[in-house]
Amino acid sequence: MIPKKVQQRFFIPAIIVGLALSALSTSTSGAALNGAALYEHYCAACHGNQGKGGVGVPLALPDFLAVANDDFLRKTIRLGRPGRVMPAFQQLSETEVDAIVAYIRGWAPAHTAIVETSPIKGKSERGEKLYASFCAACHGDRGEGSHGTGVTFSRPRDLPVLAPALNNPGFLAAASDVMIKTTLIRGRQGTPMLSFLKRGLNEQDIDDIVVYVRGFAQKPLPLPVKAGADEPPTIERMSPYGMQQTLDKLKNAIGGANLRLIRTESFDQAFAGKEKENKHHVVVDSCDFNFLNQALKIDPRVGLFLPCRFILSEHNGKVSISAVNPKRLSEIFNNSELNQLCDQMYKVYVDIIEETVF
Amino acid sequence: MNFNASLKIMLWALILMLSVQTARAEELLMVRIERPFDDAINDLQIAIQEHGYQVARIQRVDVGLASGGYATAEYRLVFFGKPAEMREIEDRYPQLLPYLPLKIVIFAEGNSALALSYNPALLQTFFKIDPLQSRVQQWEKDIRSILNQLSRP
Repeated sequence: MIPKKVQQRFFIPAIIVGLALSALSTSTSGAALNGAALYEHYCAACHGNQGKGGVGVPLALPDFLAVANDDFLRKTIRLGRPGRVMPAFQQLSETEVDAIVAYIRGWAPAHTAIVETSPIKGKSERGEKLYASFCAACHGDRGEGSHGTGVTFSRPRDLPVLAPALNNPGFLAAASDVMIKTTLIRGRQGTPMLSFLKRGLNEQDIDDIVVYVRGFAQKPLPLPVKAGADEPPTIERMSPYGMQQTLDKLKNAIGGANLRLIRTESFDQAFAGKEKENKHHVVVDSCDFNFLNQALKIDPRVGLFLPCRFILSEHNGKVSISAVNPKRLSEIFNNSELNQLCDQMYKVYVDIIEETVF
Repeated sequence: MNFNASLKIMLWALILMLSVQTARAEELLMVRIERPFDDAINDLQIAIQEHGYQVARIQRVDVGLASGGYATAEYRLVFFGKPAEMREIEDRYPQLLPYLPLKIVIFAEGNSALALSYNPALLQTFFKIDPLQSRVQQWEKDIRSILNQLSRP
């Protein structure tokens, strides 16, 4: 029998140390074994297998990795950038996040660690003027960032790299003052971001800008258009007309809304063939190519909304017309600019459907 | 409470509120294919068929845009399904039809291609049709497997 005092003095601390070492060991082996696989699974589709960017911004830039410490990367993975495409990976364990961070860190020419986190002092009023002159053209008047996603491999765009939204709560939580300051001092090769020292500013000017940027947290922008989490998944109305008349009215309404009619066919024609198709469910595909072009600039993944499709269904002599509710589907993209477009598209769909059944 | 402390509390409250919206990484299934677009779309059709599905239609998007004067990369929508399943959905759950057949979007990004789909599990979230749960789970498993097959070198 081991006396209670001995238990308290030796075994409990030993268990704690053991658990801590075990956790450390798991973390280390996780980083060594899983970083590449985890990166490939969760990050590569957007940021590229080698971190060169795509829908997501490039990560393998030496100037970025020189200023982004592990804490910044961890918080960015965890919190994402609300409304700016990068999702919050809250389902990942600490070990998995560490493994991804270690893998990304492997692209840095040498290990860098800006661990300094103390706030920088400066004059926000001066910073505001300097920000307007030196930053707003790319990052927006109120730090809202540039439009679109990542880099421009798939479509032409004004800037080769998306300018980050400096007012984004995810960014402000992840980036320390020193990180922002160092970015301003170094610039970021491979992007339009030049060294502010080379642009003629001095260290005090830069500090003032950092203080102004930090102040975005106190002046949040009006909440962006939210995706419709509470919206029904489809827009649906009953038609007072028969199938053929509803179809004719729908085609007129599509033309009236300046959408191009692409095709009309039974839902199952491609599966069943013309002989056996079920004519009680008819698909009408259309597209507004001007609108699509705008949407592709905002997010190249919008193909998931395509084509603009209306379904006519006939059941017991009653005809209904339905379509995907773009406000509801937009929720999975975490892109507030896309939410705005989906809001517009929703109104177009509702107008077309209501004109059809009017 | 000092100024910095209240600023931090405000920021974290905002993040917590907004992060609920962004914690949906797996609702969008997406992979990068490190092959030229033509090879990638060919492999996609093969992978769909190998998983027991029929390709219903391949819709070109870039043609419509290019004819309107827009510069764009290659871009396709690939619709697919199993005829018997689609027939059953038509008969029993027509409310799902706007989201069907299943669809994978594929487009060129430089020398690579990106392929993506919404996670079919969303249909269960949207429509809550219990008898369809196992079918939707199977679709999710198959689409994940198709995309994984494509992402392999």
